[in-house]
Amino acid sequence: MIIRLMGYGQYQLEEKYLDNLNRIDNQLVTIVQNNDQENFQKTYPKLIQYVQKHGTPLPDDEIHESQIIIPPDDLTLEEAKKIFTGEGILED
Amino acid sequence: MGLMDRMGTVVKSKVSKVLDKFEDPRETLDYSYQKQLEMVRKVKRGVAEVTTSKKRLELQRTKLRLNIEKHAKQAKAALAADREDLARTALTLKAGEETELEELNQQIANLQHEQEKLMATEKRLSAKVEAFRSKKETIKAQYSAAEAQVKITESVSGISEEMADVGLAVQRAEEKTEGMRARASALDELIELGSLEDSLEGGDAIERELAAIKEKTSVEDELLALREEVKKE
Repeated sequence: MIIRLMGYGQYQLEEKYLDNLNRIDNQLVTIVQNNDQENFQKTYPKLIQYVQKHGTPLPDDEIHESQIIIPPDDLTLEEAKKIFTGEGILED
Repeated sequence: MGLMDRMGTVVKSKVSKVLDKFEDPRETLDYSYQKQLEMVRKVKRGVAEVTTSKKRLELQRTKLRLNIEKHAKQAKAALAADREDLARTALTLKAGEETELEELNQQIANLQHEQEKLMATEKRLSAKVEAFRSKKETIKAQYSAAEAQVKITESVSGISEEMADVGLAVQRAEEKTEGMRARASALDELIELGSLEDSLEGGDAIERELAAIKEKTSVEDELLALREEVKKE
């Protein structure tokens, strides 16, 4: 499975890690819903670190689509809310 | 839906905009390639901007350190002249400067991280653009229209995703350096104020008072010496 960490590029991650990744992602959903700044700052980096720890970076000169895209590591809670409402953080 | 799914949807909708732009998919290839070259230039500019900002902060750090040293010396001189009030003023200034220094160190570290990330991004994108270029030629030369369509969708999707990623990285780096610039200007004023010396008007108040004390002491010393001389005569 190919995962993109925005700002860091793509990683190959084995399927068996997906459950744990989803678990962190679900925690984040609740945290964002609760507007819980403190826990957001603690939990969000875990998502990125998990991929970096268990994944292997793809070579620079390969072009693939990703199955999962994770926003940048300096994402704020406000920006996360925007992603959830579909506004996104990308310029048109 | 989680954060990852949402982000994926956001990026994919951007990618499909590129794919839907042209009737002839071969045109998509050329269009995308032009955009990629633009993006490479943009990242390079971004790296240069972050580097400049970092240098400016480092320069400020050097000046701030000099001011801290100066105010420490002044405090000592003031205390030697029995002027605790002046020493206190100097130490207060020094404390403020030390707080600024700490913040500055953090900002420099942040910019360093940003710079490294952006440089890695530039390297990655350049390699991908080069790979895309050769793929583009192969697709154009070797595939039938139907096959080409599939190949084009694959590679344009992949590279468009990369472009969305890189675009956002550059945008965020720019926002950060922008914010840094405003703060750096404010800090410039503070440093300027702390390092004013020897100018007659509006100079460093502590420096002036210390100079006055020194002057007075030397006048007193000379008077004393003169008195001794007169006595001898």
